[in-house]
Amino acid sequence: MLNYLLRRVLYAIPILLGVNLLTFALFFMVNTPDDMARIHLGAKHVTADAITRWKSEHGYDKPLFFNAEATGVEKATDTLFVEKSLKLFVLDFGAADDGRDIAREIGQRMWPSLAIALPTFIVGLLAYLSFALLLVFFRGTALDTGGVILCVALMSISGLFYVIGGQYLMGKLWHWFPISGYQPGLDAWKFMVMPVLVSLIGGIGDSSRFYRALFIEEIGKDYVRTARAKGLSDLRVLFKHVLGNAMIPILTGVVVVIPRLFMGSLIIESFFGIPGLGSYTIDAIQAQDFAIVRSMVFLGSLLYIIGLVLTDISYTWADPRVRLE
Amino acid sequence: MTIKPVLLWSDALILLLLATVAVLVWLARKNDTFRAPWRQIMRSRMGAVTALILSVYVGIGLLDSLHYVERLPGEPGQAAQYSGEVLSALDALLTPLRVKVEKTYSAPLATHLYAKETITGPDGVEYRDFPPLKYPGTHLFGTDKVGQDVLYLSLKSIRTGLLIGSLTTLIMLPFALTLGIAAGYFGGRIDDAIQYLYTTLNSIPGVLLIAAAVLVVQVQIETHADLFETAAARSDVRLLALCAILGVTGWTGLARLLRAEALKLRELEFVQAARAFGVTDARILLRHLLPNVMHLVLITVVIDFSGLVLAEAVLSYVGVGVDPGMISFGNMINGARLELAREPVVWWQLAAAFVFMFVLVLAANLFADQVRDALDPKSRGRA
Repeated sequence: MLNYLLRRVLYAIPILLGVNLLTFALFFMVNTPDDMARIHLGAKHVTADAITRWKSEHGYDKPLFFNAEATGVEKATDTLFVEKSLKLFVLDFGAADDGRDIAREIGQRMWPSLAIALPTFIVGLLAYLSFALLLVFFRGTALDTGGVILCVALMSISGLFYVIGGQYLMGKLWHWFPISGYQPGLDAWKFMVMPVLVSLIGGIGDSSRFYRALFIEEIGKDYVRTARAKGLSDLRVLFKHVLGNAMIPILTGVVVVIPRLFMGSLIIESFFGIPGLGSYTIDAIQAQDFAIVRSMVFLGSLLYIIGLVLTDISYTWADPRVRLE
Repeated sequence: MTIKPVLLWSDALILLLLATVAVLVWLARKNDTFRAPWRQIMRSRMGAVTALILSVYVGIGLLDSLHYVERLPGEPGQAAQYSGEVLSALDALLTPLRVKVEKTYSAPLATHLYAKETITGPDGVEYRDFPPLKYPGTHLFGTDKVGQDVLYLSLKSIRTGLLIGSLTTLIMLPFALTLGIAAGYFGGRIDDAIQYLYTTLNSIPGVLLIAAAVLVVQVQIETHADLFETAAARSDVRLLALCAILGVTGWTGLARLLRAEALKLRELEFVQAARAFGVTDARILLRHLLPNVMHLVLITVVIDFSGLVLAEAVLSYVGVGVDPGMISFGNMINGARLELAREPVVWWQLAAAFVFMFVLVLAANLFADQVRDALDPKSRGRA
């Protein structure tokens, strides 16, 4: 197990390096720091002086990979690649273009993100699985057919519709909850209910249909017939045998997203005014703040790789035959 | 009136796509294994209805892809001057809708404008009331903020949605096919390298990778603004860039499926036999592997299509979608979103965009189910 984890960590390094090289190529080579300065200064203020000043203020006045002017080791380390890209490996995110410390922002903003994403994840998983089990229990009946039609219809509706519709109905028309905003502490729940509900409804079509397909495949297998022949009740077969055996594909899709819950959802957070990492990212994209976008890309990849490792570990828990060697 | 046809890049690619599909269909027209599943799809009621709906959408999209510019009236003998506004065959058909522009919002089939204005009566007295529309009762879905007909906007959005769904696939397929099959068939180092590539791409959060690439393209377009003759050409290039980005980042899912399938196929007797007879790798891949994974490719293509149409709306909202000046479902929703806070509510623009999108995506989803049932022997009778 320890051996396996060590190998996975070593394997993660080239992947993260690849991610860094890719974003570095996009943001520094296709787009030069000069382009970046021009965008931020605005068309009216572009002079050679202003560009140089902007670059030195934001630390972009260095060569890409090799600094011929520096001495010794600094020839290789006093470069943009090391300063802006490799430092991410020690979680040194640097400052955003407006001068604020990115690491501090992340530390503050991950809590509101988590407050929305975690309940959505847990309640969602339970609700989708229960709905799928319900459909499978009544398989072949009108309830099942109706449920599948409902799922296909729900997944054909744009996610934006759920957000806008939810805000309009629950916020504006019925005055159940504030339309947007967030408040830490005990009052937070008022702001959490609507985003969570909207995300749940938005995801039910896709997920329930997927889980239903998994269960239907499992239920046609021989061991299920054996279990029923032994006189086990339908419910027991469904929950103990079918659910248990469908666990591996379910875990594959589910566990990998757990670490990324910190990063929140771009759409939900920006529509509901949640000051989390999702809205942070979307603001950065709209303000073309590449320092933040780069940090979020790195963070996202790191969390994804952690998710992959967690997925493998969860297999050993769901299926005793799986051993991590 | 004299016109000059204009071939935008996306139009050319659509023609290329159509030609490719036509050639493939012509080549396979006598092949029974190819025809049987399609006959099954078309004979089912669901398959026929959804195919009909999709072909109406495709027809509108194609009409909207035949572009031209009008010649401006000028002195005879002078060099021809053309309008900077690029129109399409669909615009020409919809001219009655296109030119009936009101001042601002008006509700569906309304006779008066949405907002009150100060009007000077015939006797010179000023009063506030809803001014009458220039074309009362003709706007089936109302008009938008600048008075354009919403039905016209919805019909124009179809091309953008279809383009994103189809061109992305066109760009994604070569990557997925070559890399996925190569990884599975050759194994070893090649497999390692390709797996590394797609794990790396997969590990980056999708929207962020797309956003990063779109931001870069946007800066490039802004710095080379002089390269584009018309606004239509510029937004067209941006749309293509978006498709390219979605394609280059989106091949990993299909590649993984193809890798697994190729891994399985290469151990089967017919491939072993071909290898024993000394058939080259290239020939084995083309003659024996490719035809046996085509069902996976087709299924994935139709399933991905609806997701891409939906993704356009979300990406445009994030600000990394199509050009803000381009008519698309995403931009329609984006423009109308804030108007829900008004009193009375401006709902028609949102409703029209969502309904047109819903019908397209639902038809695509149901059609995809039929395709999967017909082509994938394992899924028969499951969903």
